[in-house]
Amino acid sequence: MLSGKLFMHIPDGFMSIPVSIVLWVVSVIVIGIALRKTNKQLGEKEIPLMGILSAAIFAGQMLNFSVTGGTSGHLLGAALATILLGPWAAILVMTSVVSIQALVFQDGGLIALGANLFNMAVVGVFVSYAVITFINKIINNEKAALFSSSVVAAWFSIFIASLGCALELALSGTSPANIAVPTMASIHALIGVGEALITLGAVSFVYAARKDLLKIGAANKATHKGILIGGGLITLTLVVLSPLASSHPDGLEWVAEKQGFLSVAQDSIYNLIPDYVMPGLNNEAVATILAGIIGAVVVFVLAVGVARTSKKISS
Amino acid sequence: MIEIIDLNYHYPDGRAALERINIVINPGEKVALVGANGAGKSTLLLHLNGILQGDGVVSINGFEVNKQNLSKIRSLVGMVFQNPDDQLFSLTVGEDVAFGPTYQGFDALSVEDKVKTALAEVHLDGFEDRHPFHLSGGEKKRASIATVLSMSPDYLVLDEPSAGLDPKARRELMALLKRLPQTLILATHDLTMALELTNRVIILNHGKLVVDGASMDILLNEDILQQNDLL
Amino acid sequence: MLEINKHQISPLHLLNTRVKIIFTLVFILCVSLSPIGTWPAYILFLTLILSGIILSWLSLKLLMIRSLLSLPLVLAALPLLFTGPEPYQQLIISDQIKLLISQPGFERFISIAVKSWLSILAAILLSSTTRFEELLSAFRKLGLPRILVAILSLMWRYLSLMIDEAKSLSRARDSRSAGQSNKGTLAWRAGVTGKMVGNLLLRSLERSERVYAAMAVRGYSGEPLYRISNSLTKTDYWIMAGGIILCLMILVFATISQ
Repeated sequence: MLSGKLFMHIPDGFMSIPVSIVLWVVSVIVIGIALRKTNKQLGEKEIPLMGILSAAIFAGQMLNFSVTGGTSGHLLGAALATILLGPWAAILVMTSVVSIQALVFQDGGLIALGANLFNMAVVGVFVSYAVITFINKIINNEKAALFSSSVVAAWFSIFIASLGCALELALSGTSPANIAVPTMASIHALIGVGEALITLGAVSFVYAARKDLLKIGAANKATHKGILIGGGLITLTLVVLSPLASSHPDGLEWVAEKQGFLSVAQDSIYNLIPDYVMPGLNNEAVATILAGIIGAVVVFVLAVGVARTSKKISS
Repeated sequence: MIEIIDLNYHYPDGRAALERINIVINPGEKVALVGANGAGKSTLLLHLNGILQGDGVVSINGFEVNKQNLSKIRSLVGMVFQNPDDQLFSLTVGEDVAFGPTYQGFDALSVEDKVKTALAEVHLDGFEDRHPFHLSGGEKKRASIATVLSMSPDYLVLDEPSAGLDPKARRELMALLKRLPQTLILATHDLTMALELTNRVIILNHGKLVVDGASMDILLNEDILQQNDLL
Repeated sequence: MLEINKHQISPLHLLNTRVKIIFTLVFILCVSLSPIGTWPAYILFLTLILSGIILSWLSLKLLMIRSLLSLPLVLAALPLLFTGPEPYQQLIISDQIKLLISQPGFERFISIAVKSWLSILAAILLSSTTRFEELLSAFRKLGLPRILVAILSLMWRYLSLMIDEAKSLSRARDSRSAGQSNKGTLAWRAGVTGKMVGNLLLRSLERSERVYAAMAVRGYSGEPLYRISNSLTKTDYWIMAGGIILCLMILVFATISQ
């Protein structure tokens, strides 16, 4: 099963700690700005609106259509949320969706949540918004601009986010850039088509029934220069960086080491511990066996203890 | 006392929803607001606590419904919406019942006390930690009523309270509404319930008040009911 | 569906939620920081998390099944097998097909899989011994902004309802398409799904207006409320400190024995 969900939600253990921390910091800053902006600009109705729409997008992601064989396409929703709510509220909605997936359903890790928020809530929405604004500039017809920007924004939000995801995995040394980038990019170029078609269907449905609701996004369109520039920059950087990284095998690791931030972070931890070998544990096989024995004993004792107490309680 | 004087309201698209409505409801009265779909019942109810504000005067216990009096009026008039899933928006029943009194500014202890009392009144003692999603239809309805009872309102306003309930839940709801001492205003299609619970009936038809009188006289008069698409 | 066993009241269910959250994060962090190929440390981490599972009285079987469901993601790290540094090991599948597998790459791949699995076990243990309401109020105490707490709480309230609506939309589509899910063009099928999503969003937008009205009549003015979680006792602090020290000790051990 190859679905968008599968590859976009990075689990814990895949991401190196320095990369995770950097992406956590970026995501927290952007979400913080989004909170301040929505608090200032939007009325008291926005909280129920964002809460319930988050639930709807989560449920909407469960609706799928079959592509071929066992594969199915379904929604991520960053572009859709941006069209309905404008960029800042969309960031909060996507943040809620991605966080609940990690917290409750283990769809994506907890330490890796910063990276997942960055890819799906920040990059997804920023890119969507930049594309929507750009298309609205070049197409004057309101309806044509709305529908075409839904399609293009949806595709780009998925594609660019997947490039980000691939580069993060490469930077973490989990998946080599020259394989991860082209694989992720080609899979998500397809998944993006599904996203585009679903987003178009959803927007045209809402447009036919309650045109006024789409104005929420339109009214907000005016001045979010920061997002516009951010979205444009993210798109450019990732589009340029990805082929570069994948054409130089180990290119990214090289960059990271050159910059020193991978090795510095790791060295600092290792330096804390004096470089000596524990007596009797210098043999790795012995240590593994010992650890196994300790583990088995602890688990056994605990299991017996719990079984005894629960018997006592039930009797 | 609720006074509605010369109330007019237009939908955003310009259609008239309410035309020249005049109603006075005295404390202790039990009033049914009946009318076919689209007659304007829900629209009228939404004026009683300022969710909608049309032309004309609505006043509750002498306070005119306007921006300044809004919080006073909202604690006088308890409004129960038709769909309990809209009314119960918190993660537990207890939190939901506590919502109103907390916004009224009571401290944590008295809020807890009010939650207990309100839940006991609707026979849902001990439901504080239950998730609304896991309640039955009848329980949801009674919990919705508890969410406004905890605010100790003088007037209880219910929109289609028996909609979607099975016969047993409906019977329990009627018993509950009979027990409650508040002035009662219910908008409903359920004429048997109206007959059993109220002593006064107001019929709306296309936004106009057409009949206002004793329940017994009106609800048993087939001509009136037929003229207003209620039969 | 959402919680493996929510009516259990084990020692772990009763433990203060903030303690559980912090322990889980520290655990995952330490697992992530352990160097590649430190098998003894992985076994000790597993011991720690298995102890937690035993103390939670949850079904080990269900937990294992759930934790393995997300393992296919490991495929993303599979290329490491072939692109890692020397020495290479030859894997002979048949006379014609021989694969060169990098030994360090193999070690790295297995390590990532194990670390990821350990982390998932910890996350499942947290979410299945803690009610979501408790989780939210603990996060609020840990500094999550009020607006996010309010949005998440409303989201959780309406999630089951929305999922039910999505399911009934799906059922309605399937019952009309007579089980032939491959009819029509791909674009048409995607469009139908899009219309269902639109339907769902529209209903939820309208619901949010009604929910807002229900909040407003009870005095809501834009300032969200949240419940207050229990404060930490001395025992809680000891348990938390103990858990963190254990994780750190294993991490130190992993780093030294590398």
